[in-house]
Amino acid sequence: MRRFIIKRLILSVFILLCVTFIIYALMRCLPASYVENMAMQLSAAPGAKPYSEWLDQLNEQYGLDKGIVAGYLRWLSDAIRGNFGDSWKYTVPVVQKFADVIWLSFVMGAVAFFLELIIAIPLGVIAATKQYSRTDYVITAVALVGISLPTFFFATLLKLAFSVGLGWFDLYGLVGRDYEQLSAWGQFLDKANHLVLPIVTLVIVSIGSLMRYTRTNMLEVLNADYIRTARAKGLDENKVIYHHAFRNTLIPLVTIVGGSLPGLFAGALITETLFMIPGIGYISYQAMVAGDIPFSMFYLTFMAILTLAGNLLSDILYAVVDPRVRIA
Amino acid sequence: MSDVTPPVSSGEEFSLNDDRRVKTLSPGALVAKRFFRNKIAVVGLVMLIVMFVFSFIGGLISPYRQDEQFYHYENQQKEFAAATINKDFRYVNAEGQDFSSLLQAKFILAEGKGADSFEVKDVTYSITKEGEDLYTIYDGSTLLAYASKDIVNPSGDMSFDVKLAALKAYVAGESSFSAEGDDYSIDDAGQITSSAGDAGYITRLVVSSAQSGVKISKEFAEAVSVMIDSGNDEMDFTDADGEEQHYKVSYDASAMVYSIKQGKETYVYDSYAKPSSKHWLGTDTNGMDMLTRLMYGGRVSLIIGFIVVIIETVLGVILGGISGYFGGWIDNLIMRIVDIFYCIPSLPLIIILGAAMDGMRLDPQIRMLYLMLILGFLGWPGIARMVRGQILSLREQEFMTAAEATGVSVRRRIFRHLIPNVIPQLIVICTMSLGSTIITEATLSFLGLGVKFPFASWGNIINDVNNAFVMTHYWFVWIPAGICLLVAVLGFNFVGDGLRDAFDPRMKR
Repeated sequence: MRRFIIKRLILSVFILLCVTFIIYALMRCLPASYVENMAMQLSAAPGAKPYSEWLDQLNEQYGLDKGIVAGYLRWLSDAIRGNFGDSWKYTVPVVQKFADVIWLSFVMGAVAFFLELIIAIPLGVIAATKQYSRTDYVITAVALVGISLPTFFFATLLKLAFSVGLGWFDLYGLVGRDYEQLSAWGQFLDKANHLVLPIVTLVIVSIGSLMRYTRTNMLEVLNADYIRTARAKGLDENKVIYHHAFRNTLIPLVTIVGGSLPGLFAGALITETLFMIPGIGYISYQAMVAGDIPFSMFYLTFMAILTLAGNLLSDILYAVVDPRVRIA
Repeated sequence: MSDVTPPVSSGEEFSLNDDRRVKTLSPGALVAKRFFRNKIAVVGLVMLIVMFVFSFIGGLISPYRQDEQFYHYENQQKEFAAATINKDFRYVNAEGQDFSSLLQAKFILAEGKGADSFEVKDVTYSITKEGEDLYTIYDGSTLLAYASKDIVNPSGDMSFDVKLAALKAYVAGESSFSAEGDDYSIDDAGQITSSAGDAGYITRLVVSSAQSGVKISKEFAEAVSVMIDSGNDEMDFTDADGEEQHYKVSYDASAMVYSIKQGKETYVYDSYAKPSSKHWLGTDTNGMDMLTRLMYGGRVSLIIGFIVVIIETVLGVILGGISGYFGGWIDNLIMRIVDIFYCIPSLPLIIILGAAMDGMRLDPQIRMLYLMLILGFLGWPGIARMVRGQILSLREQEFMTAAEATGVSVRRRIFRHLIPNVIPQLIVICTMSLGSTIITEATLSFLGLGVKFPFASWGNIINDVNNAFVMTHYWFVWIPAGICLLVAVLGFNFVGDGLRDAFDPRMKR
C-alpha cells in the first residue's frame, strides 16, 4: 500500500512537471500583448524612457527575456518556494489574491456538492430499484437533461425567472447595494442570498452524472448473486436494498466522491463568471482574458494539482474501501 | 443470438424443434431492435433528426442569407423650426428716416408710462397711438417710424405707407383700406388682398429655423401660422423642391414657443424586431433574421461538433490501439502522455487561447479552424484510454490467437480484428462527446471566445443576453437558440445512452 502510494506520488509529480512546462511554453508563445500595452502606457508618460527601453525592462522584470526552458526553470524554482510572482492585472502577489477568493469558491462548491449528494444518490437508488418503471424513465430523462443543459443558458433562465420576474435575487454580484449598512448577520444573509442562484445552477447542471453513476452501479449490485441469496432467504425487500445492495454500491460511490473532493477548490469558472461572483473562477477568468501570465500560470497549475490529487485520492480510497483491490 | 418468435402466420405448422420456428437476426438487427424498444432513445433520435433537418435543410429553404441585414424606415422627429408669438415691438422706419435703438429704448419707456411724447437730446418726439399695440412716432410733423407687435409679411414689395395702412385697418378691424391709390381688402386672419391678388398677411407669429442652413420659406411660415391658428397640431407641407413632409407642432407653455418637428424617414437596421410573418422569430441586434441565423448557427455548431469528434476519435483510436496492442514501454509512454493531457485544464486553456486570438485579430474563419483543432487535440485522451482498455482484454481472446496463428499482419490484426470489436463502445463515447463538444463550443462562443460574427453559432446568438435589457425584453433573441442547443445536446445524449444499452445488453439486464 505504501509503495503504491509513493509510486503514484512520484508519477504525479512527474506529470505535473510536464503539464506546467507545456502550459508555460504555450503562454510564452502567445503574443505578450499585455507587456507591450504596459510599455506603451509607461512610455507615453511625460519625460519617460522610450518604448523599447520600457519593453526591455518589463520583459526582464517578468523573466520574459530568457529562453523558454530557462524561463521555465526560473518560474519553477520560484513556484516551489511558493512565489508565483505578482499578478499583472490585480497588481498584488498572485498567492495573496488567491487566498482572498478561494474560500468563497470553496463554500459555494461545498454547499453545491452536499446538495448534489443528498439529491442524486437517493434518486439514483430509486431509479435502479424501479428499473423500467415510469419513475425510472423520468429520473433518467431528468439526469440527461441536467447533463445536456448548457450552464449559461440555464443560469440565464434562472435569472429571468427569479431575478427579473419574481425579483427575489439580484442579477449579478456577491453583495447587494446596501451591504455596508447591514449588521453582521444581515451581511451574511445578503451574501447567502446572492449565492442561491449560482448554487442552484451548479447543482442542477452537475447532478445528472452522479445520479446515473449511482443507478448503473446499483443495477450491477442488484444483479449480484448475494442479492438473489438475500431475497431467497426471505429478507424484507427494504433490507435487501438498503442494507445489502446499497452498502455495496458505496464502494464505487466513495471512490468517485472522494476523487471529486479536491475539485471543490476548483471553483466554477462559468457559473461564477455568469453571476459575477468573485471566487477563484471569475477572478481567474478576468486574469486570463486580460493576458495576465503569472495569474494564469498559477491557476492552471493549481487546476492540474487538483486533478492529480483527485485521481490519487480516488485510487487510494478504492484500495481502502475494497479489500479485493488491496490484496491484488 | 436469436430471438424466438411464434410461428409465422402462413398457417403452416412446424414441429417444436424445427429450425424454421426460429427467426435469426444479425447482431446489427438485434442492436437496432433493442435500440428502438427504448423510448427515450427513440425520442432522442427524433430530436436529432429534427435538428439536422432544421440546420442543414432549413438553411436552404430559408429565403434569407445568414448575414442578410434588414432595414426599416423609422420616423424620427427632428426639431425643424420654432414659432413664437411676438411680444415685443417691431419698428419699421419710414422711407429715408432712421429710428435708432436709443430712440427705441426711450419709446418703450414712454409707452410703458402711457406718455405721448419723449425727449432725446432736446428733441421731442411725439407718439400717436393708432390702435392696439400700434404706434406711430413723429419728429415734429415728420413720420419717423411705426412700432407694432403685429408683423406685416408682404408677398412682394410693399411700401411703408401700405404696411402702415394695412396695420391700421387690421387693428381697427376694418375689412378694406386704400393706400397709394390702390384698394386693398383685409380679413380677420390678417390676409391682405390687393386688386392684383395676394399682397401679404399680418401675423404675430415669428417662425425661425432650428437647424443651421435651413431657411424658412414664406410659404412654410404661412402654413405654420394657418396650422396654429386653426388649432391643428400636425400638417403636411410640400416644400419648394416638391417633397412632402410631415410636421408636428407642440407648444411649450413655459417658454411660450411652438416647436415644429419634422418627421424624417430614416433608414435604419431593423434590430430586435418582434416576431412577425416576415421574420418568424424576429431579428437580432444587427437586423438579421433570427430563424435563419439559428439554422446556420446549428450548421456551424453541428459541423464543429463532428469535426472535433472525428479528430479526437482518429487520434484516440490510433494511439489507444497501438498502446493496447503492443503494451510494454510503448504502452507506458503513450499512457503517460494520456495522463499529461488528462491533467491539462482544458477550459481555462481554451479561454486563454481564445483571448490571445482576440488579441491577434484573427480572421473569424481561421479562428473557427483553430478552435476545432484545439478542442480535438485536447479531447482524445479519453477515447485513447477506452480503446486501450478494450484492446488489452480483447487481445487475450482466442480469436486473436487464431489470427496470429494464421499469420495475419500486425496492422491487419489491429485495424481489422481488434478495432471493429471496439466500435460499439466507440460509437457510444463519440455520440456522448458530440453533445459535450457542442456545449463547450457554445460556452466559448457565449463568452465571445469561440465562433465570431459574422458566423452564427447557437452560443454566440445567446451572447446577446449579456445585455440585461435584451434578456428581459427580447426573449425571442436568446430562448430559441438555447432550446435548439438543449434539444440537440439532449438528442445526442439520449441516443448515446440508448446505444449503450442496445450494444451491451448486460448493462441493462
